[in-house]
Amino acid sequence: METDLDRTRWIGRRRLLDALLSGGIVAFLGAVFYPVVRYLTPPAALEAAASSVTAARTGEVKPNSGRVFRFGSKPGLLVRLPSGEWRAFSAVCTHLQCTVQYRADLERIWCPCHNGHFDLTGKNVSGPPPKPLEAYEVIVKGDEVVVVRRA
Amino acid sequence: MRLSSSAEPSRRAAVVGWFDERLGISGAIDFLRHKTVPGGAHSAWYYFGGVSLFLFGIQVATGLLLLFYYKPGTETAYRSVEFIVTHVPFGWLMRSLHAWSANLMIFAVFVHMFSVYFLKAYRPPRELTWLTGMALLALTLTFGFSGYLLPWNELAFFATKVGTDIIAVVPLVGPGAARLLRGGDDVSDATLTRFFGFHVAILPAAFTAVLLLHLLLVQRQGMSDSLGKRDQASKAMPFYPGFIIRDAILWLGVLAVLLVLCTFSPWELGVQADPFASAPAGIRPEWYFAFVSQSLKYLPARVAGIDGEVVGICAFLSGAVFFALVPFLDRRAARGSRSPVFTFIGVAIVIFMITMVTLAYVKPY
Repeated sequence: METDLDRTRWIGRRRLLDALLSGGIVAFLGAVFYPVVRYLTPPAALEAAASSVTAARTGEVKPNSGRVFRFGSKPGLLVRLPSGEWRAFSAVCTHLQCTVQYRADLERIWCPCHNGHFDLTGKNVSGPPPKPLEAYEVIVKGDEVVVVRRA
Repeated sequence: MRLSSSAEPSRRAAVVGWFDERLGISGAIDFLRHKTVPGGAHSAWYYFGGVSLFLFGIQVATGLLLLFYYKPGTETAYRSVEFIVTHVPFGWLMRSLHAWSANLMIFAVFVHMFSVYFLKAYRPPRELTWLTGMALLALTLTFGFSGYLLPWNELAFFATKVGTDIIAVVPLVGPGAARLLRGGDDVSDATLTRFFGFHVAILPAAFTAVLLLHLLLVQRQGMSDSLGKRDQASKAMPFYPGFIIRDAILWLGVLAVLLVLCTFSPWELGVQADPFASAPAGIRPEWYFAFVSQSLKYLPARVAGIDGEVVGICAFLSGAVFFALVPFLDRRAARGSRSPVFTFIGVAIVIFMITMVTLAYVKPY
């Protein structure tokens, strides 16, 4: 005859088996998805962020014009003011990461994606950009225009 | 405690009921409970189709993952695979899983085919299941052939050169087919692009379509009983849970074997292909093509006034056609009696294949 004690034991064993099976399934899924998630996470870029680069030669950029150059893995914008003075900024718009350009007609830096305007110190002056562009230091060595990331 | 334990099943029942009303799951579950699979002495062989299917699933999953980093093109393919196995976390594992499970899948497909063959399960009304299975075997081998080139290493380059040249030997259609496959006269960048397209788009689409048809036929007709067995009904096993649970255990075992192979013998990458270097000594195709290439080595340059390879390739092609047509040729099995001639032919083919593959590895020249 089945006693209450037998029944409790049976339920206890059943619970243990259920726990082992579901624990095993969870562990299996973890063992499958952990490597997959790690695999899909992009490995660190091999190219270190550059700290200085020769952006142009002095003769290549006329006053009141700009040119986009490669600064590490990101674009930079070299601007020569109408006065002949050099400025350099990150060319990545602070709004949604479009690449900005120099507008000679406005004498401003302009982002065509959402009509963002920056003045020639990199300050956001009109449109959606929330922050100024990161400014870099420009050093002219002979005919080389070198752009350096500020420490 | 009492309250919650009685409330929980009813909530679960409500959720299950909601889905059941919309999807009709209970019908499917009921069907699975009543579906049976023949048992008996030969039932172990019934599992190899499932193992092939499981390995195909691993191929799809790891193949999709490799696509996140692989870059086709002669300049980038080798470097990108090198990047996967050296820089991407668990990249070595994903690539090894893909390569090893491809080999195990081809092995499982061959075992599945020969077990169906020796159990004469191709006999009516299962001729179409056999034919779709043969199509799946051909697609599996094409998968292997096209995927082998993708890392653009030396062995793959020469294996593809020889392999496409073998296709060119086939009378009439051969030269055109080889040019179409290579995307030109030689194995080049164009070949790699084409093979990539075949491997990741055309073959998966074709394979999935034929596989669904194959599974539909298996489902519709059920698994075949062995010839001359009368006591099957008593040994039949319910598909759910009996067969499913055995399948699951076997699949876990296969996964364990696969992981052991990947961990202790990761798939090698070799050296980058150089189209202007000599073929390395000891070059041979993957084992599943080795029985063809090894037999071709023994053929004289000319047989009865015809080129040796042409004779060899035509012989292999007619062998494949014969094999595909077996359900229509084996009249004795169709009538339900034993057909020792076909068993003997099958044994001869298996012995021939094993001998040639062994020779290719042990005594290639």
